[in-house]
Amino acid sequence: MLTAENLALVRGHRPVLTDVSARLEPGTITAIVGPNGAGKSSLLLALAGLLPAQSGAVTLDGRALANLGLSERARQIGYLPQTPDIAWDVAAEKLIALGRLPHGDDGHAAVAAAITALALEPLRARPVSQLSGGERARVLLARVLAGEPAWILADEPLAALDLAHQLNLIAHFKACARGGQGVVLVLHDLALAMNHASRVLVLHEGALVADGPPDIALAPAVIEKVWGVAIQWLGEPGRKALSPV
Amino acid sequence: MNRAVWVFAGLLALLLPLSLLAGRVWIDPFDVAGSGPNAAIILMELRLPRAILAVVIGAGLGAAGAAMQGYLRNPLADPGLFGIAPMAALGAVASFWFGAALPVPPQWSLPLMALAGAMLGMVALALIAGRGVSDGAGSVGSGLALFTLAGLMIASLAGALTALAITLAPNAFALSQIVLWLNGALTDRSWHEVWLAAPLVALGLGVLAAAGRSLDALTLGEEAARSLGVDPKRLLALLVAGVGLTVGASVAVAGIIGFVGLIVPHLVRPLTDRMPSSLMLPSALAGACLVLAADSIVRILPLVTELRLGIALSLIGAPFFLWLLLRLRRGQV
Repeated sequence: MLTAENLALVRGHRPVLTDVSARLEPGTITAIVGPNGAGKSSLLLALAGLLPAQSGAVTLDGRALANLGLSERARQIGYLPQTPDIAWDVAAEKLIALGRLPHGDDGHAAVAAAITALALEPLRARPVSQLSGGERARVLLARVLAGEPAWILADEPLAALDLAHQLNLIAHFKACARGGQGVVLVLHDLALAMNHASRVLVLHEGALVADGPPDIALAPAVIEKVWGVAIQWLGEPGRKALSPV
Repeated sequence: MNRAVWVFAGLLALLLPLSLLAGRVWIDPFDVAGSGPNAAIILMELRLPRAILAVVIGAGLGAAGAAMQGYLRNPLADPGLFGIAPMAALGAVASFWFGAALPVPPQWSLPLMALAGAMLGMVALALIAGRGVSDGAGSVGSGLALFTLAGLMIASLAGALTALAITLAPNAFALSQIVLWLNGALTDRSWHEVWLAAPLVALGLGVLAAAGRSLDALTLGEEAARSLGVDPKRLLALLVAGVGLTVGASVAVAGIIGFVGLIVPHLVRPLTDRMPSSLMLPSALAGACLVLAADSIVRILPLVTELRLGIALSLIGAPFFLWLLLRLRRGQV
């Protein structure tokens, strides 16, 4: 259980989140959505233990994240930043193996399992500069999986991907959730959140304004209030599309 | 262990004996006594300490360059640029003024004051850059910018004070001594310098090695590295201490020797898996080879006065840097 209790965050003297409380369940996909500047990425960073709370706390299974050792926290929570620039042109496999850092071992089995899970076998020796956007996203996710964290927190992992790669990566996140890992995704695309998350947190100007199953948290009334756009949902559950009214 | 380690270890094993034999007096390896009346003394008291010093300094500068480039995630970073080497030089120049007042034998005042300068530069850099190290609350990337700017400002201040010291030189002899010293060299170095520099460089290499995996994690960016359990403040401390010890000790005994820390990691990187941690050992070995080879060459060149090692390396280094920039523009690095 990853829990935010009355969390308030400040970045560069500017308050970005006020009084957010949420209890996140392992084994499910939770989506964090909201307009630009709503505080999504900051909340995710705080849940990963990478942004200190101004007030309130983030706890993991009852223990405050701030009190966990850095390696212990890193073994529990894997964090995938938004489109990171990779400094050196290393082979995909070397990049993935960085996920073992908090364990202090080579973790050949875990690295191999991550490579298999994301179908990266043919790419393992390829330098990252020669990967396509979709391949790169899979390699970076494999880096997180190689650490075998209990929680996977990803900041807009689908943003730069085309439709096929989005669905492909979503399927991997679902597999992780089925395997018992907690998955928390910051998403921009509300339809992806509606169709694939089991729970959605809606942030607006640093406050949590809706929290629940997607069809409730992303009801047209909520979207109109937060995004200022009147919409309706079309289509079957699991395949819904968003249309302006 | 990668092939670059073996390549440069082999090269070093080849260069070291050659360097001992080469010079104004060539020594016959099979007949040392017959090479001249003083051959054994030349070998043991002049060539050997000088060669060892070249290896020590080259290793320190090469590894410091690899670490600095890893930390700044930039292949154009030179460990000499970030305040520590200029502060060491300032300390050395100050010793021409105040050295006589120190309660140490005269030959020790310059290296000790240079080390004190390096230490001062390290502490200033760590304190200023430490304020920018991200705990997540600052803006992303501000830490690196602060590190770079702080380093360059310390360097610029030290450079200005050194220039001031030069213009205030009491006489032409002092002036020429300072200017000569600033262009690093290994001429006439003895075992004293080896005993001073070698332990400090060895310690520095150990500190840098301890930072290796954290530097690897930085490949993924600052936040991903922190999510992997890297402590940015500890990493900064290790880096500044490691670079300070290696570069500071080098400047203290040999003056400013530029470009080794910049060039060597570049030459070595393609032979490794490009991770900063696997670059450090081969960069140390390759740096040792480069400085040893360059020092042997300046010793052999038939000039009236020996070409200064620092000048020789900059003569090679500057064109290489330009070539590197042009290559980077084409995205080949």
